[in-house]
Amino acid sequence: MSEFEPTHPPLLSARGLAFARNAQPVFGPLDFSVDAGEALLVQGDNGAGKTTLLRVLAGLLHADAGEVSIDGRAATASLRSRAVSYMGHLPALKSDLTALENLDFLCGLHGRRRGQLPGNAMAIVGLAGYEDTLVRQLSAGQKRRLSLARLWLAPSPLWLLDEPYANLDLDGINLVNRMVQAHLRDGGAALLTTHGAYAAPPVRTRMLVLGRAMANA
Amino acid sequence: MHPVVRWFHQLGSPPYFERFAARWAPIAYIAGLLVMAYGLYGALFVVPADYQQGDSFRILYIHVPSAWMSMAAFALMALYAAIALIWRIKLCEILAMACAPVGAAFTLITLATGSIWGKPMWGTWWDWDPRLTTELILLFLYLGVIGLYNAIDDRRNASRAAGLLAIVGVALLPVIHYSVTWWNSLHQGQTIRLFGQSHMDPSMLPPLWAMVIGTHLWFVGSLLARARADNLRRESGKDWVAKLAEPRA
Amino acid sequence: MIWSAAKALMIRDLRLLWRRRGDALQPALFALLVVVLFALALGGEAQALAKVAAAVLWLAVLLAGLLALDTLFRGDADDGSLEQWLLAPVPLSWLVLVRTFMHWATTALPLLVATPFLAELLHLPHDQLPVLLASLALGTPLLSLLGAVVAALTVGMRRSGILIALLALPLYVPILVFGAGSVAAAAQGLDPVGALLLLGAGLVLALVLAPLAAAAAIRIALD
Repeated sequence: MSEFEPTHPPLLSARGLAFARNAQPVFGPLDFSVDAGEALLVQGDNGAGKTTLLRVLAGLLHADAGEVSIDGRAATASLRSRAVSYMGHLPALKSDLTALENLDFLCGLHGRRRGQLPGNAMAIVGLAGYEDTLVRQLSAGQKRRLSLARLWLAPSPLWLLDEPYANLDLDGINLVNRMVQAHLRDGGAALLTTHGAYAAPPVRTRMLVLGRAMANA
Repeated sequence: MHPVVRWFHQLGSPPYFERFAARWAPIAYIAGLLVMAYGLYGALFVVPADYQQGDSFRILYIHVPSAWMSMAAFALMALYAAIALIWRIKLCEILAMACAPVGAAFTLITLATGSIWGKPMWGTWWDWDPRLTTELILLFLYLGVIGLYNAIDDRRNASRAAGLLAIVGVALLPVIHYSVTWWNSLHQGQTIRLFGQSHMDPSMLPPLWAMVIGTHLWFVGSLLARARADNLRRESGKDWVAKLAEPRA
Repeated sequence: MIWSAAKALMIRDLRLLWRRRGDALQPALFALLVVVLFALALGGEAQALAKVAAAVLWLAVLLAGLLALDTLFRGDADDGSLEQWLLAPVPLSWLVLVRTFMHWATTALPLLVATPFLAELLHLPHDQLPVLLASLALGTPLLSLLGAVVAALTVGMRRSGILIALLALPLYVPILVFGAGSVAAAAQGLDPVGALLLLGAGLVLALVLAPLAAAAAIRIALD
């Protein structure tokens, strides 16, 4: 049973998307789409523009050309804020607060998925027992897991994950894949960037390679 | 499309602006210099001496146009910045930032000439007169915009941030002036207003208008020259810029 | 949504303050040091100090607030929280307003509490104290709001310390003038209410406009 509304227009679609910095093109023009229940893997070498692409899709950067649609409608800030969850390089965690306090704040800010609580989200990512640990005392991998817990609690159907496998051991990589799988099963969608194809979620996946090649479905 | 509207759109294209500015900046400079020369000649030799201040009042012909220019430039800078922020037009970002150094220079000239005027008249190089004080703060606002523009690496973000500062500044400028005027009346009572409202004899006006027009022309020339340089710098990776640098056959 | 986000942010900031509660005293200590330095530089004679006491106190509070401005957004910018605020379903200007309020409450309120003590050090005439406190109560939130715009403009930059001061101080002039001026007016026997009302009007305007400007600045900085 799908937790999110099944959509007929793709959950995310980009047409002619291009971005340049200091008059140098970073990527584009790109055309691609992601349907509910799908994952899009964005590959490319360092500097190919994967992070920039994700930030443009998230709404943090303004594209120089092209348009992004969410659910068939033009992506406005309010639409994005409800439909998209972005997990970037920076963890957005306060090191002076405990893990649970951080999750409480982020849930207050973004809202919380029905039926999910910070406590069981932490259990899902394998951080049960660390609720009252200061984030300062967590390892890089544990911080990454905490970010994933926040993602799990978010009520948005579309996940934008920038290098989600970074800082994670094999267990952690499997965790990401399991979470993406479950999220897709619930009718969500995910866009992930990665350096190489060494880790990919075992789901219906499209590929987008930045750098020299063009998008291919 | 209406030809004027088309011209505006064309102007936003960097190569077109380069040609436009390269052509018009020297013309504006020369026209400005000629008009100012006429104005200065009138100010120094034609206009009769003031019956109260004698010859030293003549510095007004530089002081007043500079003061007007310093404020007009700030308002123009904020206007360009607003257009740049709302419609994301690159040329307006460039023009806004080009206004800043020119406006700052006029502000400095205003302060210096005001100071020089004050010495023979009231025996002091500086007075916390409302207008001079506001002009000084205006200088700081200009320097802040320039400083912020230089402190951020990405040129577009830098001009947008400095532009926002300019808009905040222009909104606060009347408040600053009002507050300093109020403060002046509070602390200095009814003392001499350094540059009070004096009525100028009509015979003294033509050179003033000439200086005002001349400084405006000079400002346009300076603006175009600076904008041209910034435009080239921002587009420096492109082919058309490289072609410009090639020696003409 | 708006209220739950505000509540969450306030609780977060209070918790963060509690974890580093020692830091909360720093603005007040700085103001005290400024007062001490002024007293030493002016010669420490009671009559001379009393004449300038209100102005020195206003400057001490203003400068302490200026130094504290750096912490308004820097922590959240560095760890990526600011990005998430941008992406939240709540207006960024609202979050900025709440954050600025919490920052004011944790940095300026202790200063207000310390002011009577500092006033004694400078031999401020007692009848000037209520006007001084009123002007600070209206003025410090204004300083925080205007300062928030400047802090937002410089949030991405590494070495922005002096630049923040250079950008903010010209904008602070009217607030300083009306704030310190209201006490000066009272000292001269004039009615300070006019200046205080102007500060109040400015505060109302700033409550609406400053968060919008700061939010725009944050968007530019994160671009």
